[in-house]
Amino acid sequence: MNWSLRGDAPIYAQLVEQIKQEIVSGGFPPGQRLPSVRDLATEAGVNPNTMQRALAELEREGLVYSQRTAGRFVTEDKIMIEQAKLGLAREQIQQFLQSMSRLGYEKADIVALLQKEGELTCQS
Amino acid sequence: MPILECNGLTKSYGHALALSGVNLAIEPGRIVGLLGPNGSGKTTLIKLANGLLTPTAGEILIDGMAPCKETKKIVSYLPERTYLSTWMNVTQLLDFFCDFYPDFRRDVAQEMLQRLGINERQRIKQMSKGTREKVQLILVMSRSARLYLLDEPIGGVDPATRDYILSTIISNYSPDAAVIISTHLIADVEQVLDEVIFINQGQVILQSSVDDIREKNGKTVDALFREVFRC
Repeated sequence: MNWSLRGDAPIYAQLVEQIKQEIVSGGFPPGQRLPSVRDLATEAGVNPNTMQRALAELEREGLVYSQRTAGRFVTEDKIMIEQAKLGLAREQIQQFLQSMSRLGYEKADIVALLQKEGELTCQS
Repeated sequence: MPILECNGLTKSYGHALALSGVNLAIEPGRIVGLLGPNGSGKTTLIKLANGLLTPTAGEILIDGMAPCKETKKIVSYLPERTYLSTWMNVTQLLDFFCDFYPDFRRDVAQEMLQRLGINERQRIKQMSKGTREKVQLILVMSRSARLYLLDEPIGGVDPATRDYILSTIISNYSPDAAVIISTHLIADVEQVLDEVIFINQGQVILQSSVDDIREKNGKTVDALFREVFRC
């Protein structure tokens, strides 16, 4: 997978977000075994302890689970994955709304603009 | 028990104070950045840990022992400058390291050399600066030591080689060993580090985890460093 890390946020939080994204988009399908901490860390170019922390966080949220000897797996609970997806979508929307309000748009204008944009995209 | 511990560690060269009253502890399993401007005492600290220098006051302990023959067995050191005999070729160097260090893993070294396309029959003399640095790092990382001391491992190499060196450090990670990387190329190493130690004018001014710095300050370690050490 493609890792891209920004400077302003804690690294582990960004890793959590990106693995989550990979899970909800099906890159890591339900029930799939995740690569080892070391492999993931090497691929992302981050400290193995930081990757470990990110995976522990995902485990705490229930999106991944570990089996004593076999490794870590993506949850098979599709509802939970759907919810995580919705959570990520809402974060995107919040960010978008904030940017739009900085530009001076009201909610109603934003909705209208979105609708127009949607129609244009459909036509093209 | 910390793998490296300093208590009131002080080193002066004549009247010049290189380190003064340094206290710190580094636990196994950590990758630590030793960061500071030029002349802040980074290399002095690393040389003290190797027993190449002796403290003026205070103590430095490796796995609970003052630097000695026993600690050299568990410390793998990458000096700032290449010390390898330039007439040797890579095979001879591998023999040399096997003779010196019982923990040297020749197979690991050979695999890394092969991946970088370094010919074992090539002499050090015939290599570019970057290749020499790669060979030296491979030798150092191929020991299964408890403490790796890397003094400016990425200073003289191109960005692609830098990435390779950092991924070598990550893939050799062991929970029993600590890695200390001294550098001022912070942006390049930041993601690889657990924690950082800021050192200035011979004193430790900050020891913190990278993510704590990012969380508290909302900025990278690199940005914080520039702020703290603004000239």
